[in-house]
Amino acid sequence: MSEIAAPSMIKVIAFQLMDKEYAFPVHQVQGIEKLIHITRVPGTVPFIKGVINLRGVVTPIIDLRNRFNLPEKEYDEQTRIIIASCDDIEVGLVVDSANDVLDIPKSIIEPQPDVVGAVEAEYITGVAKLEKRLLILLNLERVFK
Amino acid sequence: MEVNQYLEVFIDESKEHLQAINENLLLLEKSPDDLAIVNEIFRSAHTLKGMSATMGYEDLANLTHKMENVLDAIRNHKLHVTAEILDVVFSSIDDLEAMVQDIAAGGAGKRDVTDIVDKLLKIENGETVHADSSAQTEAAPSVSPSSAVKYDEFEYTVIQQSKEQGFTCFEVEVELRADCVLKAARVFMVFEVLEKCGEVIKSTPSTEELESEQFDERFVVTLITQEAANDIESKVKKVSEVERVAVSEFVAQPLDTGEAAKEVAAASAPAPAPTASVPKKAEKQEEPKPGKQAAVSNKTIRVNIERLDILMNLFEELVIDRGRLEQISGELNNPELNETVERMSRISGDLQTIILNMRMVPVETVFNRFPRMVRQLARDLNKKINLEIIGAETELDRTVIDEIGDPLVHLIRNAIDHGIEMPEERRAKGKREEGTVKLKAYHSGNHVFIEIEDDGAGINKHKVLDKALAKGVVTEEQAASMTDNQIYELILASGFSTADTISDISGRGVGLDVVKTTIESLGGSISIEAAEGAGSTFLIQLPLTLSIISVMLVEVEQEKYAIPLSSIIETAIVKKEDVFNAHTQQVIDFRGKIVPLVFLEKIFEVPKESQEDDFYSIVIVRKGDKMAGLVVDSFIGQQEVVLKSLGNYLSNVFAISGATILGDGQVALIVDCNALIK
Repeated sequence: MSEIAAPSMIKVIAFQLMDKEYAFPVHQVQGIEKLIHITRVPGTVPFIKGVINLRGVVTPIIDLRNRFNLPEKEYDEQTRIIIASCDDIEVGLVVDSANDVLDIPKSIIEPQPDVVGAVEAEYITGVAKLEKRLLILLNLERVFK
Repeated sequence: MEVNQYLEVFIDESKEHLQAINENLLLLEKSPDDLAIVNEIFRSAHTLKGMSATMGYEDLANLTHKMENVLDAIRNHKLHVTAEILDVVFSSIDDLEAMVQDIAAGGAGKRDVTDIVDKLLKIENGETVHADSSAQTEAAPSVSPSSAVKYDEFEYTVIQQSKEQGFTCFEVEVELRADCVLKAARVFMVFEVLEKCGEVIKSTPSTEELESEQFDERFVVTLITQEAANDIESKVKKVSEVERVAVSEFVAQPLDTGEAAKEVAAASAPAPAPTASVPKKAEKQEEPKPGKQAAVSNKTIRVNIERLDILMNLFEELVIDRGRLEQISGELNNPELNETVERMSRISGDLQTIILNMRMVPVETVFNRFPRMVRQLARDLNKKINLEIIGAETELDRTVIDEIGDPLVHLIRNAIDHGIEMPEERRAKGKREEGTVKLKAYHSGNHVFIEIEDDGAGINKHKVLDKALAKGVVTEEQAASMTDNQIYELILASGFSTADTISDISGRGVGLDVVKTTIESLGGSISIEAAEGAGSTFLIQLPLTLSIISVMLVEVEQEKYAIPLSSIIETAIVKKEDVFNAHTQQVIDFRGKIVPLVFLEKIFEVPKESQEDDFYSIVIVRKGDKMAGLVVDSFIGQQEVVLKSLGNYLSNVFAISGATILGDGQVALIVDCNALIK
């Protein structure tokens, strides 16, 4: 079978958080940025790290580790901000590292098994097993809420 | 035809034309005999009709056409302008506006207008029954004796006008072969041939029915052309599977008898045009010229405001880089580099001015809807009111313009409803019966002022005070120490309405406090001057632009915040021992006044690092008459910054009104002082 992205395939961006790989559809990605200065915004929920200047547009930043109740980690050289958009909202997501862009067949996406880890099920649309990798597919709309 | 790309232009232009009609109608009401104004209105209406017909909005075209007939009758001295006629024309404008709105909102522009059409027809016929009028001729549905095709008035007028311009109108009857398989395709080919010869104005059955093959073998196409009947016949016959083609000339015969018929009989031409429409056509040909000249002298293009915002954003990035370049060239100290960077700085400075100016719009765009509103209100309330507009050309930022409309409507309604007295009352007071409302806009410094002045009853101080006390807006003690202006401003407080009876014009209880809130949210302020019996003036002060504001940058621990200069009174450094405790609140004595302190690091939960020293750096800010001292760590300085929103995701952050990007590319938050003072 050829590797051409048929409608049965879905293109996702995969990124690392702790020891797990997460993914969401690539059409929701506006860009990937290296870490730049984040201005803290007081009086917001803890997972909103603040705002950055994204080429003249003030963009809010969500720390995904914090959002998923994972232990915090110092930002380093690998840390990336994935600019994602969903329903007219543009938000940057802080991740440990951005891995790659993959085509995955829709057929291998399975509903989340009962126990996957600390992440609560509400953000997860399914999991996909790809060779030796396990991708956890995210529902951005729920992540933003 | 692909019309979507023209839709935006159509909507914009329709709105402009409707506005022009509105304005001119108001002028016409003042000088009913000025035919130049009627011509002006007629021209707008005519263009609107043409545009909407082209775009396929039949209802719109139809109503405009009816309105045009009435205007035409006025123009030809068959009707006299009366308030009743204007009322009907105004309400048809309302309908037209509603249809355009509907189209803009993605609708089909359909609306039930039979009522208003009836009224227009009545006006049109009311005075023209006896005289032979073009209006009547047009209104009469005409059926050619030779044809079964029925034309509506609009099509009929088109046919007549084209005849006057030397075109002939043919009815082309085409019969397809009974065994024809793809009827719709043949129809399409026939249409293609005919459209090359001239203009197809109608087909029976309609094009939709033809396309879906809902017809027998026969259909009739009405064509306006300059070609001869034989040529058309032979051309259509070249389409295969066409059984028979019959081309007959359509003769438009007016149905009215009497004088008109006599004139028709006298004219031996085969296609007699009613005499009344001849001068009309002549005028029409002359009319477009001045319009075109005006268009040439004022060339504009429409640009989406979003694109300007993007341009602005990109430009800001450029400015930040310019700052870095200047710094680098200063360090390198290379004369050539310095010179180039200096030049670039100057050019980008000019560019900035231009970009900012592009966003400026004359307040006219807001003001021009008021004359109409005032007229309507005056009629509803049986008052006589003259609205004077001064300085409509004053320019304001687009963002301010968009917001200022509603507050102004509110204030004008208020002035007319509560300010201006009834004519009898005014006469009794020795004033002119006609009240005057003055709307004045002008620049002053970095602000634009808008004044709404009326020569009505003014504000009754005692009545306001009594009411304020009764409603609990102020206490007796506060009331005793208030100045006149402070008392007047009470009417802007929430939960206040002075009208004895609640009318639907204003005084619904939500009233003027909304105005005040809106204006303050725009970074402006409103004040009132009044003299009882002589009138009142509402003065609105607005920033020139919302996108650039002057701020004072301050530092709180490691974080930078911007405080709008408009709310800062002054800065001070106060020794710790000069801070008093009033119950739980820390206060200072500032020039004889007790000012409460607000610790920004506590409000904003700034991570604490440095040691406290013996002094507080304080920014004294105000909201109305109340003050507060914001305690910060250090002052950085004053700066002009570009205001940015935090976006949809982070709406409603407490005490933060927005953000800005500093010279080093970092984001600084702008403090909303109004939220910090209760």
